[in-house]
Amino acid sequence: MDRDATADVNAPHSMGTTIIGVTYNGGVILGADSRTSTGLYVANRASDKITQLTDNVYICRSGSAADSQIVSDYVRYFLHQHTIQLGQPATVKVAANLVRLLSYNNKNMLQTGIIVGGWDKYEGGKIYGIPLGGTILEQPFAIGGSGSSYLYGFFDQAWKEGMTKDEAEQLVVKAVSLAIARDGASGGVVRTVTINSEGVTRNFYPGDQLPLWHEEVEAHNSLLDILNASSPEPMST
Amino acid sequence: MGNVITLMEESVLSTHKAEMDTLLTSKGDSQRTQYPYVTGTSVIGIKYKDGILMAADMGGSYGSTIRYKSVERIKQVGKHSLIGASGEISDFQEILKYLDELILHDNMWDDGNSLGPKEVHNYLTRVMYNRRNKFDPLWNSLVIGGVKNGHKYLGSVSMIGVNFEDDHIATGFGNHLARPILREEWREDLSFEEGVKILEKCMRNLLYRDRSAVNKIQIAKITEEGLTVSQPYSLKTFWNFAAFQNPTVGAEGSW
Repeated sequence: MDRDATADVNAPHSMGTTIIGVTYNGGVILGADSRTSTGLYVANRASDKITQLTDNVYICRSGSAADSQIVSDYVRYFLHQHTIQLGQPATVKVAANLVRLLSYNNKNMLQTGIIVGGWDKYEGGKIYGIPLGGTILEQPFAIGGSGSSYLYGFFDQAWKEGMTKDEAEQLVVKAVSLAIARDGASGGVVRTVTINSEGVTRNFYPGDQLPLWHEEVEAHNSLLDILNASSPEPMST
Repeated sequence: MGNVITLMEESVLSTHKAEMDTLLTSKGDSQRTQYPYVTGTSVIGIKYKDGILMAADMGGSYGSTIRYKSVERIKQVGKHSLIGASGEISDFQEILKYLDELILHDNMWDDGNSLGPKEVHNYLTRVMYNRRNKFDPLWNSLVIGGVKNGHKYLGSVSMIGVNFEDDHIATGFGNHLARPILREEWREDLSFEEGVKILEKCMRNLLYRDRSAVNKIQIAKITEEGLTVSQPYSLKTFWNFAAFQNPTVGAEGSW
């Protein structure tokens, strides 16, 4: 048992992850958990999996941390040049297709699932899902990462077209929080990034402020607080 | 290598062991057989009186999860053809880009001629076979159908380059479930209505018996005049049989 635990510390960093991207009437909201694990050890409990490509396009990264970081670095580099040549902000579609090209042409070597989300003046808010293999699919919402397995049913029931910004944000936070509750590879805090015509807003929901789900209990500083709060002599034989 | 790839295996996701093998054996480019990730299931095509009818569902499976339910697997190619694909969706998207380029160059000749389904089928056969020879296949089974100058054409190409032409075609599970129906009921002079009914009979059968089938289908029609791809719609299914209600009466504990 001990041997297995320490061997994992040197295993490749992988983001178990729960990542989500949803469109709402006016833009998109990207959401993610913050756990990066190497085997069973949590290498980073506060990672930022929502990465900026341009002022108006962000991506959610899942799978191999190394692969997703290098893909996002290349795409940021290409998009930067493209923006200079184009003379105006790149569209979300172009960003997504650049991600697709890298994912598809290196499909044998990469292990990363990516959700591209952003806002441009031509199409408004758009979400593109690019799973393993390099398929590109434009969707009203996308989910990815190991935690997403627990969210298919949730979204089938809870998703609605044309939500407001606040409704969409609440949906994303609720969903990531539910996935964290059941997926060992997801955890930590919930980060969201909202992108619309007005710009970009980052939000942070600390792990201890997320709602409690089934079989989860309130957090306390110590048992002593519980004992002192109820009555002078709670324990008796 | 020792791996025999059958028609059924093209839509089965690999195990972790297979992935580890490719990562650990550092043969680089000389070992490039991939594994499908997001896959589409059967496509069925038939010739009918006025042209070709093709049907496919809109599912994109990720292993055993039905991950995407609005994937268009039948697309137009130039003026005269339709292409339907099963297998890896990313490879189908790449094939569509190759076809875009093919049709673009065809149009740029501006000579009044345009590529018909037979030519498109031949082009794709060469592409698929050459990739197979490099051990780097496009993991798809394709159905090409169309009408040009009054001639109806329907053919298929597999991921290893096997290609043929027939009056009715099916890929994947359709080979086992749809083709027997088509062999019995297909006729040269089917009307549009009769054709659609036969395709729907096949698709319903696939819905009952193919685990990766999804109840949202499109039927596409191509004739000399033009082509249409229907809006997505669902088929009614039938479960109200006496034998289904109490299947274990008389043999409690069985299933």
